[in-house]
Amino acid sequence: MSSAPFYQTGTFAVGNRLLGPGEASVQSDPGRSNAITKGHRACQGCGEALGARCALDAALAATGGRVIAANATGCLEVFSTPFPESSWRLPWIHSLFGNAPAVATGIAAALRAQGRTDVRVVGQGGDGGTLDIGLGCLSGMFERGDDVLYICYDNEAYMNTGVQRSAATPPAARTATTEPVGGHPGNAFGQGKNLPLIAMAHEIPYVATATVAELRDLEHKVTRAMDFRGPRYIHVLVPCPLGWGSEPAKTIEIARLAKETGLFPVFEAEEGCVVASSPIRRLRPVEDYLRLQRRYAHLFGDDGRPDVIARLQRLANRNIERFGLLAQAGEDSGGDGRRDLLETLAASERGPQ
Amino acid sequence: MSDHVPTDPPAGPHGHPAPPFAITLEVGSSLANQTGAWRTERPEYVRRLPPCSDACPAGEDVQRWLYEAESGGEGYERAWRSLVRENPFPAVMGRICYHPCESACNRCELDEAVGINSVERFLGDEAIARGWELPAPPAATGRRVLVVGAGPCGLSAAYHLALRGHHVTVRDSAQQAGGMMRYGIPAYRLPREVLDAEIQRILALGIELRCGEPVADLRHELREGGYDASLLAVGAHVSRNIEIPGGTAAHVIDAVTMLRGVASGEQPQLGRQVIVYGGGDTALDAARSARRLTGVNPVIIYRRTRERMPAHPEEVVQAEEEGIEFRWLSTIAAARDGHLRVERMRLDDDGIPQPTGEYEELDADSVILALGQSADLSPLAGLDGVRVSDGVVEVDERMMTGHAGVFAGGDMTPGERMAAVAIGHGRRAARHVDGWLRGIATSEPPRERVIGYDELNTWYYADAPKTVRPLLEDVRRQSTFEEVVHGLDEGSALYEARRCLSCGNCFSCDNCYGVCPDNAVLKPGPPGEPYAIDLDYCKGCGICVSECPCGAIEMVPEEI
Repeated sequence: MSSAPFYQTGTFAVGNRLLGPGEASVQSDPGRSNAITKGHRACQGCGEALGARCALDAALAATGGRVIAANATGCLEVFSTPFPESSWRLPWIHSLFGNAPAVATGIAAALRAQGRTDVRVVGQGGDGGTLDIGLGCLSGMFERGDDVLYICYDNEAYMNTGVQRSAATPPAARTATTEPVGGHPGNAFGQGKNLPLIAMAHEIPYVATATVAELRDLEHKVTRAMDFRGPRYIHVLVPCPLGWGSEPAKTIEIARLAKETGLFPVFEAEEGCVVASSPIRRLRPVEDYLRLQRRYAHLFGDDGRPDVIARLQRLANRNIERFGLLAQAGEDSGGDGRRDLLETLAASERGPQ
Repeated sequence: MSDHVPTDPPAGPHGHPAPPFAITLEVGSSLANQTGAWRTERPEYVRRLPPCSDACPAGEDVQRWLYEAESGGEGYERAWRSLVRENPFPAVMGRICYHPCESACNRCELDEAVGINSVERFLGDEAIARGWELPAPPAATGRRVLVVGAGPCGLSAAYHLALRGHHVTVRDSAQQAGGMMRYGIPAYRLPREVLDAEIQRILALGIELRCGEPVADLRHELREGGYDASLLAVGAHVSRNIEIPGGTAAHVIDAVTMLRGVASGEQPQLGRQVIVYGGGDTALDAARSARRLTGVNPVIIYRRTRERMPAHPEEVVQAEEEGIEFRWLSTIAAARDGHLRVERMRLDDDGIPQPTGEYEELDADSVILALGQSADLSPLAGLDGVRVSDGVVEVDERMMTGHAGVFAGGDMTPGERMAAVAIGHGRRAARHVDGWLRGIATSEPPRERVIGYDELNTWYYADAPKTVRPLLEDVRRQSTFEEVVHGLDEGSALYEARRCLSCGNCFSCDNCYGVCPDNAVLKPGPPGEPYAIDLDYCKGCGICVSECPCGAIEMVPEEI
């Protein structure tokens, strides 16, 4: 995250009236591009509309407005371009569900043939188009070293078609195709793909994860990605009020909890190695995150499944350890209270299995 | 705004716009789709009363001046100007106020309260150092007001009346203005040059000050002086005394007299071992002054426990650091040559101290009584309608006594006896005196709802513990009247001001503008100007409300 002097809210708010023009974030700038303009048909409280605007505005700011976007099929494409309207305020192309990385590759190749190095290419799609349907095209794009930034807006299922499971759907979550019935309700454990790690395995120059809870962090990562040539990948968690069964007003709170519980690690990697991770400021048990979403409602109540919640907590704990998500003592927030909570969490793991 | 409908493409044949090259469909913007129609609730910006401003007895809008101070540089003068709209004594109160604002501060629940008092002092000291002047009074109204008492209440009222164009005469029985700020509060807490500077600045507004002229008969003075209204603020300078058996044999002095003597440059005869009897701030002031004069640690005797002591905890801590001893749950039973007989007490189930019959002997060259003060109300004799109960003057909501045109405030009226309360009384009284002189009905303005900690989204506030003000070393504190608590330097004061959470009032953090998925929050003006909601497109999701750090937006149902 970029650092700003201590102005009331430190670095955690989008902007601040006391910051100079050079220090202010893109999203706080009244002259930001608004790559997706108003009137789009995303649901109330859509995390994807927010994440995509923020990411593309940052890309446009970093390149002097010279970005071409190739979009996979998905919510983002559907809600932004119902005939005859378009919300896009940059050159934007949509072809098929699974070929956005290949289309982006083609645009990059055309620019290279023309000798244009000033125009940059962004490919983007949801988790379905990226992890499932377009994975082959994306892997090829990584392997060939094409000069494309690919951004996945991950809302953890196929939302606009009616909330079907994708390879990004987390364990235990209910979708239309993973009903909360039987001994193992919701989506299965041990399946799905971790695309940031898959991207890292391609040893591409830059991989990062982000959430819509920290827009300055997302902006920083998109801007950083523009410093590299070659394939880059950013994975943004974008809560979906419709598919997750959450209040529209809580989209950002839920994204924040995904990070603060450790369920969604926020980090940066270069050439296949993690180089930085965003520390958890106020560690919370996964239950706080799950309770706000009806897709996990079957884990609570009289017939609840504390054993399943404990398994999810273990996944979070593993992320915390694996990505070093807890800051050293003495850094921002935490202290003894956090240690107590860690012990509580460890105890909860030893609960009923 | 940067959002706009794309300009029409160049005209083609027959006057129809030509579609862009290679596109067969005409493109339209989604701006045509006004998603505001989806909304059932709308966000609205609100202003709430922050707990600091709510708690300030002087009526300061604390958050408003902190906001200006956060800019640093020229913001300090704006902050000071904002502060003195209510309180003309920032350098004084930045030292002696017990800052109820900090006790109420929502930041207490996050880490520690904002150091409001230290910022106030910094601004007050800056104003003195840089010679900032109070605003000039408007054209004279020709009305004359007599203020009796040049303490915090009287001077505050005089200031606010002068700013309303009235001619003010302030009378005081003492040789110098300041009241208890000068004759009650020791110099190690309030250096006299600071007090003098702030009083002089008020008097420079054209206020007539007549010291050494007590008002013995208010009715007579009002008639003779041709005054249109008056404010009584004579304070409470009369010590309450008790009989100590055998006390005539010992040197017994009351704290008010002792402190006044020290403030006037006298050397009270205290001997070596001093006993102070009482548990209020005056007892501590007397004991700490005695420590400086005698070089021996005084003992404070108080009949209840430390927790039940009315003195402010930070004063108790500073006194302990200076070597003052405390005997809790003790009373003085008798005095004998150079000795005191002290009885131990115990608290009964109702928390009332009861004698135990156990005694001990203490050395005592002198005993200082600090058992509370009462007001001398003799100037009021002969005024019809003035009601007195429990030794204080009753006033109505407008601070007016039962006698029309005679107002009263400060320690001689009901309420907590502290300088900030007196300053607040003076300000309120001035407003109502002004209304009375103009024949306008005045009442206290309605107060906004106070915003609580739970209504904030504290995620956005970075952890930032409070800056501690440096203290004078103990050795110098025990022997000199040098100021004990030092001020903050500029950097620390700025940091402290910026710790303000701005509870309940927008501080332009751009969060609403940044987090709206529909670009429906507008920034019509430069930073610091209010935001607006584009109701043509706002879908009413409420993210701006959830993510506003300071609780300054709320959802309001649409009429359906």
